[in-house]
Amino acid sequence: MKVIIETSSRVPVYQQIVTQIREGIARGLIQVGERLPSVREMSRDLVVNPNTIAKAYTELERQGILNTRPGLGVFAAQPRSELLHDIRSERLKEGIDRLLTEAVHLGFNREEVIRLIEDRSRAFQWDHSSTPAKKNRRD
Amino acid sequence: MEWIIETEGLTRFYGHQKVVDTVNLRIPRGCVYGLLGRNGAGKTTLIKMLMGVIFPDRGRIRIRGKDFSELSPDWRQNVAYMPEGHPLFGWMTVQGAVDFSRSFYPAWNNDLVLRLLDHFKLPLKKRIRSLSRGQRAQAALALAVAPDPDVFILDDPTLGLDTVVRREFLESLIQIIQRSGRTILFSSHILGDVERIADRIGILVDGVLRVDCSTEQFKESLRKVVLEVFWNTSMLARHSWLVGAKSGSSRCELVIAGYNETHRAQLEVLAPCRIVEIEMNLEDAFIEYTRSSNNSVHLLFEEHSPGGAK
Repeated sequence: MKVIIETSSRVPVYQQIVTQIREGIARGLIQVGERLPSVREMSRDLVVNPNTIAKAYTELERQGILNTRPGLGVFAAQPRSELLHDIRSERLKEGIDRLLTEAVHLGFNREEVIRLIEDRSRAFQWDHSSTPAKKNRRD
Repeated sequence: MEWIIETEGLTRFYGHQKVVDTVNLRIPRGCVYGLLGRNGAGKTTLIKMLMGVIFPDRGRIRIRGKDFSELSPDWRQNVAYMPEGHPLFGWMTVQGAVDFSRSFYPAWNNDLVLRLLDHFKLPLKKRIRSLSRGQRAQAALALAVAPDPDVFILDDPTLGLDTVVRREFLESLIQIIQRSGRTILFSSHILGDVERIADRIGILVDGVLRVDCSTEQFKESLRKVVLEVFWNTSMLARHSWLVGAKSGSSRCELVIAGYNETHRAQLEVLAPCRIVEIEMNLEDAFIEYTRSSNNSVHLLFEEHSPGGAK
């Protein structure tokens, strides 16, 4: 996956990297467990200060999206399940509500929205091992 | 935190004109500092003072903790300086320029120079005057890197280079940054480059260092706020956090530095019909900052993290 930096954007460079890697993992462009380029490699490829890359990686690690194995590199982590199921679904509901608000104002009907979601979701990587009803313990 | 470059009240006049005005600059080890400012803002004068090419009328300079006047030639070897426009002797060949520069430095990594020249595809036999501007910049960079310095002071190094050569130059700069502990101060007019490369930015406006903070903080904290109101907006002008204000009849645009909840609350008090906050990209932010005529403008200084300032 190639991260693209836009310097004319209002979004800080590290934030652009964070967003694109999050999305890359969600879409399966980066597989869970895959090694990401090192800070040095990424800095060279993107022509961006290594500190900025390191900041993006730290942020992704804080969000539980990447993990560093000392001496081995940075890897895409398992999607987070350490948060309580309720918290995760609250967070998702907020996003869905925003999306639905937008859809209503754009003049879509319910069926069209459901069909579109169905359609778009094929481009993403889903975890088939977890059943919808499963409640995660906090460990 | 170890300060590599420190200035205290640095001031310089050209005739009656104050071109650099009480600049307090502190650059920690490993920092890449992008110095911005419009033409004539004092960037080159500031850099020339750091290099001892011209002397300040007031103020002090410390490089790696030592007063500039105490710096021995050995110390100075650790500071690479690329003056604006890459002045090299036109009649010399590339090889000649290498030999000439080498004679000034006991520590000289000739392997590195040759590798770099090869990488840039610069023929050793070619005369400097027949090189393109981009090639000259590359030759100058190779010469600057050769004594293996750990401080780089680059005065608008990408001036006049085409997009491709500029990108290659930045790539070389990234390699220098990656050799840890290298401190770089560079001036530029190209904001995109600064955003890619710099940890911190400083903006000089008429000789005054008006902004000195991390690149992200600058970008994140400057907001354009559009207010729709029924009263005269001129009363806002006295707030120190205001970078600039434009007012129409019922609508005014404010540019606010270090925007936060407090500002929002202060604006709410004015009971506007509408407040719209707009984030700005680096270029817009820079333009607002440097063309503002509000002299009471809030100076955007952020303490260095981590470790904090003294």
